[in-house]
Amino acid sequence: MIQHKKPIVYPYIPNSVPAAKEAMLKAVNAQSVDDFYADIPDAIRFKGKLNLPEPFLSEAGLVRHIEGLLAKNTSARESLSFLGAGCYQHHVPAVCDEINSRGEFLTAYAGDPYEDHGRFQALFEYESMMGELLNMDVVNVPNYDGFQAAGTALLMAGRITGRSEALICGTIGADKLSKIRDYIKPHLDIVLLDYAPESGLMSLADLKAKISDKTAALFFENPSYLGFLETQAAEISQIAHENGALCIVYVDPISLGVINPPVEYGGDIACGDIQPLGMHMQYGGGHGGFIATKDDPKFVMEFPSRLFGVSSTCVEGEYGFGDVAYERTSFAVREEGKEWVGTASALWGITAGVYLALMGPQGMTEIGEGIMQRVEYAIRKLNQVPGLKIRFEGIHFKEFIVDFNGTGQTVSSIHQKLLNKDIFGGKDLSKEFPALGQCALYAVTEIHSQVDIDRLVAILKEVLK
Amino acid sequence: MKAVSPKPMPKRFHQASWDEPVIFELNQPGARGVLVPEVESGIKQEVGDVAAKLPESLRRKSAPALPEMSQIHVLRHYARLSQENLGVDLNIDIGQGTCTMKYSPKVNDQLARSPKMADLHPLQDESTVQGILEVMWRLEQFLKEISGMERFSLQPGAGSSAIYANVSMVRAYHESRGEGAQRDEVVTTIFSHPSNAACAKVAGYKVITIYPDADGYPDLAALKAAVSERTAALFITNPEDTGIFNSKIQEFVQAVHTVGGLAVYDQANANGILGITRARDAGFDMCHFNLHKTFSTPHACGGPGAGASGVSPALVPFLPKPTIEFDSKRYRLDFDRPQSVGKIRPWYGVAQNILKAYSWIMSLGAEGLREVAEIAVLNNNYLLNKVLEIQGVSMPYAKGKRRIEQVRYSWEQLTKDTGIHSEEMETRMVDFGMHYWTSHHPYVVPEPMTLEPTESYSQADLDEYIAALKQVAGEAYTEPDTIRTAPHNSTVHQTNHEPFDKPDEWAVTWRAYKRKTQKQ
Repeated sequence: MIQHKKPIVYPYIPNSVPAAKEAMLKAVNAQSVDDFYADIPDAIRFKGKLNLPEPFLSEAGLVRHIEGLLAKNTSARESLSFLGAGCYQHHVPAVCDEINSRGEFLTAYAGDPYEDHGRFQALFEYESMMGELLNMDVVNVPNYDGFQAAGTALLMAGRITGRSEALICGTIGADKLSKIRDYIKPHLDIVLLDYAPESGLMSLADLKAKISDKTAALFFENPSYLGFLETQAAEISQIAHENGALCIVYVDPISLGVINPPVEYGGDIACGDIQPLGMHMQYGGGHGGFIATKDDPKFVMEFPSRLFGVSSTCVEGEYGFGDVAYERTSFAVREEGKEWVGTASALWGITAGVYLALMGPQGMTEIGEGIMQRVEYAIRKLNQVPGLKIRFEGIHFKEFIVDFNGTGQTVSSIHQKLLNKDIFGGKDLSKEFPALGQCALYAVTEIHSQVDIDRLVAILKEVLK
Repeated sequence: MKAVSPKPMPKRFHQASWDEPVIFELNQPGARGVLVPEVESGIKQEVGDVAAKLPESLRRKSAPALPEMSQIHVLRHYARLSQENLGVDLNIDIGQGTCTMKYSPKVNDQLARSPKMADLHPLQDESTVQGILEVMWRLEQFLKEISGMERFSLQPGAGSSAIYANVSMVRAYHESRGEGAQRDEVVTTIFSHPSNAACAKVAGYKVITIYPDADGYPDLAALKAAVSERTAALFITNPEDTGIFNSKIQEFVQAVHTVGGLAVYDQANANGILGITRARDAGFDMCHFNLHKTFSTPHACGGPGAGASGVSPALVPFLPKPTIEFDSKRYRLDFDRPQSVGKIRPWYGVAQNILKAYSWIMSLGAEGLREVAEIAVLNNNYLLNKVLEIQGVSMPYAKGKRRIEQVRYSWEQLTKDTGIHSEEMETRMVDFGMHYWTSHHPYVVPEPMTLEPTESYSQADLDEYIAALKQVAGEAYTEPDTIRTAPHNSTVHQTNHEPFDKPDEWAVTWRAYKRKTQKQ
């Protein structure tokens, strides 16, 4: 044991009190802690002291250090941000933060339903409210994020159909496609589908040419990564079904107060990310994935995730909760289970449940309608800026492409000028979609006021002069 | 006034029980929990009803049937549900062995709630996120020092995600050498976390599982027999979930290297070995840490956690992208990594938890980390002595040896004596505000119980836990029906589990429950 001149008592370690440590060693009849490490060969014992910075032992010193680091950040809240592309700045109701900060939820883990009844009920309610949003009877306890949900939904379709190919609409973002490629590679081949250059909509001719009896699933996003709505959704799913393939639709859950959920136009599996439903962006740490299906054992038995179900107890009028079909999981049967299950994003599931309960049916309808109105307003105003146009006609939910090709400037130089005025321009697409040239993906949500949008337009006019 | 008597041991406990309805039953038509910002009239006049322009097939016909509730009712419902849950903040949470249920310092949660952390968008210009990039870069340097590895990716979402990232890198490494097709097997041990086996399977590998020798150590002879030119990698936990340190670990690594495979160290159980022994020093090519276990970020009911994948120099090109680079002036994201496996999750990792782990290490330093390890191990060996005094319990394998940071015990004798199973004991422990976990499946150790006391508990805490465990074991011998009818002091009573495995009865959502129960 390391000898200190004056031993440090660590506030997080009760038995770092020297007398306590001594008493414990005595109680176990050990000379020193080294006795417990007897199985570790000397050759791999680390000698000396790890080369780490001197710690801030006092809480006050630690706070000063960390706040000093955080001060180097400028948050989206201190600026006017139009960034989206999978992570969104929506309003987070105070009650969402209040509930997910409670130690009972924040510091619990994997207790059984008798110890953690609250966690089981809250997550069952999350599944249930998502079920209402999606009009589907089965929703999982969240997995890591939307990317994971997409990858798993595709593998589920592969297992359900026994087929070997996934058709994916080519407007998908590069990062999500990268994850999907890495994840499904051993099991499914990916075939990308063309899209119409003027609208971004899936090319049905290309779909018909590529779909076959090898197709396990047809995957598209609605709204698409590039912001527009796939208005041919019903036709697309019909083509999938005619060919014996499943239709997987990746959706933004906050759109579903106004946009039809996938099951209504033929989607067999819906998936996506719950970050918009009450999670702060957290530099990308606010994600959680959902997968929803109909209540058919053929589908249910292919979920890797926990599925919490409701039951009765031996007391009248009492609900009990537990794991549905646990034997399909890797916890139960290791590699014979469906993919794997582990620590993912349960607290964000609880939080999304709080969000949906706060919003209610009216809130979800109003937020969707309001976002679409703001987006339409922004599109009209930006279209009036000389040199700018909005790419892809059609209907957009909360994102749209601003085409800067007519300005003679790059997105990056224009965005630098916006940044100087405390505006974060949307995602630069020039590397991700080179065919679009100098374009950027802008997001507008309910947090943006008319003044905000007008300010963006005014400053763009100024910098593009 | 008469003095109040000392507390009994174990203490009397009753879990909060609010008899809370399912949230849909709290519906109050017309009530609102939060109002949405009004769209300004200037916008409305300009654009009108945009949603009305949706084609018929895309327009939602009726609003989702979510509950309608006032804000206080939503708050109260979830506050009550939270009270019906036991986390580390309330519980002597030493029963979730392998999970490292340590104290998550409040100051770190508070710091992570700063808008300068919570409200950062991952695509912001690098000049506006130098603080968080510095935190991520510095945490990587710490983990390199703790493990001896060359570089880390902090992108994985949690432990299993980090295992998957590692297996994906294994695959990319062998493919880059033209051996991708040939090396189609991954070897692991039964006392390594199931995700080692399951992630390898997802990545396309055949899984070979090594069982322990008679002493409970991973069987070196069995490993040598299993590896071949088909071996892609060994994925192994050490100390294993039994708390036993595999003293032949270097020979395991050697055996895999001899056939050209990679050695991957699952360091989910690293809490007892911080500053004591390092993955790279034992010859490993890769490792992973769970920041929500060893490095204290809260477990959050099962995530978000955070994972970290570490690699030796040969594997660096395959790390998920981007990496975080520092040129002594500025921190930046490097996407230009042609051999990278790409994305394991969106963006760069669970950034708020990366901040919490960084802050935790900065509150302890090298000596503090070693103190964490040593006290975790001391607490475990203290607990072990006390547990073994209880009738009916045993500690299989490695007789007479100490354990590192956890122990997988067996109630086999108690079950033989009384007919009471470990799972029933577990339920009864809830009546004392305690919990324990049996083990992953299959139950290689019969009637298992896995305890991991970590550094966060005092002698008095451990004694209190032991008092409850002793009481329950005693009841198995004297009043087994008390156990069979448990829980008695929990939020709810014995649940009818049958519907959970019957497709006609299971209900994963309220709508399914309504449909299936109204049909009857």
